[in-house]
Amino acid sequence: MMDWILQMAPAWAEAHAPALIVVLPLLAGPICAFLPGKGRIAWLLTVAVTALCTLLALVLLAQVRSVEGGAIISYAMGGWAPPHGIEFRIDALNVLVLLLVSSIAFLTSIFGWPTIRAEINQEKRAMFFGAFQVCFMGLLGVTSTGDAFNLFVFLELSSIATYVLVALGSGRDRRALPAAIDYLLMGTIGASFYVFGVGFLYAATGTLNMADLALQLQDVGGNRAVQVGFAFILVGLGLKAAMFPLHQWLPNAYSYSPSFVTAFLAATATKVAIYALVRFLFSVFSLEYIFEGASLAMILMPMGIAAMLACSFQAIFQTDIRRTLAYSSVAQVGYMLLGISLGTAVGVSAGLFHLVNHALMKGALFMAVAGVVLTYQGTRIHDFAGLGRAAPWTMTAFAIAALSLIGVPLTAGFQSKFALVSALLASGWWWAALIVVFSSVLAVVYMGRILEAVFFKAPNNPHKEHKEAPLLLLIPLWVLALANIWVGVNGSFVSGLADDAAAALFIGGLQ
Amino acid sequence: MSQKTDHHVILRIVAKPLIPIIALFGFYVHFHGDYSPGGGFQAGCIIAVSVILYSLIFGIAPAMRAVPPAFTRSLAALGFLIFGGVGVWALLMGGNYLDYDALFNEPPGGHDGQHYGILMVELGVLFAVAGSMLSIFYAFAGRVTEIKDEDW
Repeated sequence: MMDWILQMAPAWAEAHAPALIVVLPLLAGPICAFLPGKGRIAWLLTVAVTALCTLLALVLLAQVRSVEGGAIISYAMGGWAPPHGIEFRIDALNVLVLLLVSSIAFLTSIFGWPTIRAEINQEKRAMFFGAFQVCFMGLLGVTSTGDAFNLFVFLELSSIATYVLVALGSGRDRRALPAAIDYLLMGTIGASFYVFGVGFLYAATGTLNMADLALQLQDVGGNRAVQVGFAFILVGLGLKAAMFPLHQWLPNAYSYSPSFVTAFLAATATKVAIYALVRFLFSVFSLEYIFEGASLAMILMPMGIAAMLACSFQAIFQTDIRRTLAYSSVAQVGYMLLGISLGTAVGVSAGLFHLVNHALMKGALFMAVAGVVLTYQGTRIHDFAGLGRAAPWTMTAFAIAALSLIGVPLTAGFQSKFALVSALLASGWWWAALIVVFSSVLAVVYMGRILEAVFFKAPNNPHKEHKEAPLLLLIPLWVLALANIWVGVNGSFVSGLADDAAAALFIGGLQ
Repeated sequence: MSQKTDHHVILRIVAKPLIPIIALFGFYVHFHGDYSPGGGFQAGCIIAVSVILYSLIFGIAPAMRAVPPAFTRSLAALGFLIFGGVGVWALLMGGNYLDYDALFNEPPGGHDGQHYGILMVELGVLFAVAGSMLSIFYAFAGRVTEIKDEDW
């Protein structure tokens, strides 16, 4: 399969894929803003660009995997050689995230058109797609860059576009506006913390290139400025990743933004921030760095566990389905952080595996909710009652993703939770493994409430006739739902990618 | 704002010749950016300021007629495209993205690519900054009612 991709790909794509994957949406964004009409052309352009980016990500994946142990593709922007110029550096870790982000963007942008037509004013649609492209480009840029300051620029680009996208939910619900402002304030604080941290590192080492930083940091060791920089970066990226207790912006932003944006953000935005966190923890700083070793066990692990428990409980008491799912997202971030905080290759691999699977299930769940918002205009659990009969295709996919979120065998969620529990047991953290199981029981409660309403309650609205979501929405939804089952039955492909990614961090990270 | 009220006459008379000079200075800052402090960002700000000064003196509505909001938005997007387009041009000429040396396929030692490449990229920055500054200004200024003449 991988050889076949390399044979099919044209030479220019192979040589310039790291740049092109970011440049395509970068250029498509402003072009969208120019496009005439009611947004249909902008939508088609968006679908085309996200499809191309997915193909480019596949090419990159094939290139990385063509070498045993994973190649490192370095691309010098503007021909300035790293470490002085800006470097795009693709290895087994970020190619996984690139593929995830671009394929989720492709699927969501296919399903986006019906919901956007219903939720966004027609004169704003072209600009909406422009903002989406910029957000998408920023996420890809954060993932592919090898330069710490460049990462900040892309992080801000994607975040600013995200604030706009969230605020555009105000057509459906005015509460989108305060949600966007909250997100803007918190996100800006996070980004400034990150850039403070990078500033301290720059002061201590005189370089911004991540690979070079890793080398220089070995020499400066216990420097206080480096420690302060590390703390700033941890908090800044933690805010962006919705690490407990810095997650307060997330539930509102997810509940009130347009359905399309929620589905895309839930599956990608926090994932990219977690990637950046992993990159800094293991690739830029080394595990031997004593300050970091303590912070993994003393900060990330308790925060991850607190998120798993507190936010799962909060999810139980929500009446709005999108809020339930949003709190569950924070809880799932806790699983990933717990895996990462083990500081072992298996732990990080389990965290990354769960990261991918969580994108698959949350993408499917929010897409199904978007379908219901489109046909029945309601997001409360109350509104979902009896939908199992009214919209069987939408709700079956929803149920598959919900089971995957709980971690039922034969679904993706089971595979990654199993990997996480094995990694915890391998490190002797059996009590943490118990908490993972307990938190999964909480997931049974909050998803069970919804599933019960959907399948076993009588519809409370007598006018609720047989109304399925449009086909354009059902196809990507089912692709994601089936992906959940596929990973659940045969998880070796995705878990292999996660293993490679973790191995790249622990073996090849210091080159 | 009618022409008969003339208690702003000094402001208007002073501003009128200043506005083109400010805009011209903006372009000077841009094109002289190679040899002195300056560049696209500063130039874009200065050019936007000339329009903002116009709207402060003559009112927001005439300013929006002279430089319409749709135009400022497009200008910002166009600037983005110019910047990215120079990079794609370098790709098409066989270099890396934004590699100015590749722009004109020069023999080694030629610096035209570096010279014109950076000027074009900075022109993109100028458009983007001027367009965004004005769009933001219009978005804020367009929301409030204007100060009436009697309130001065």
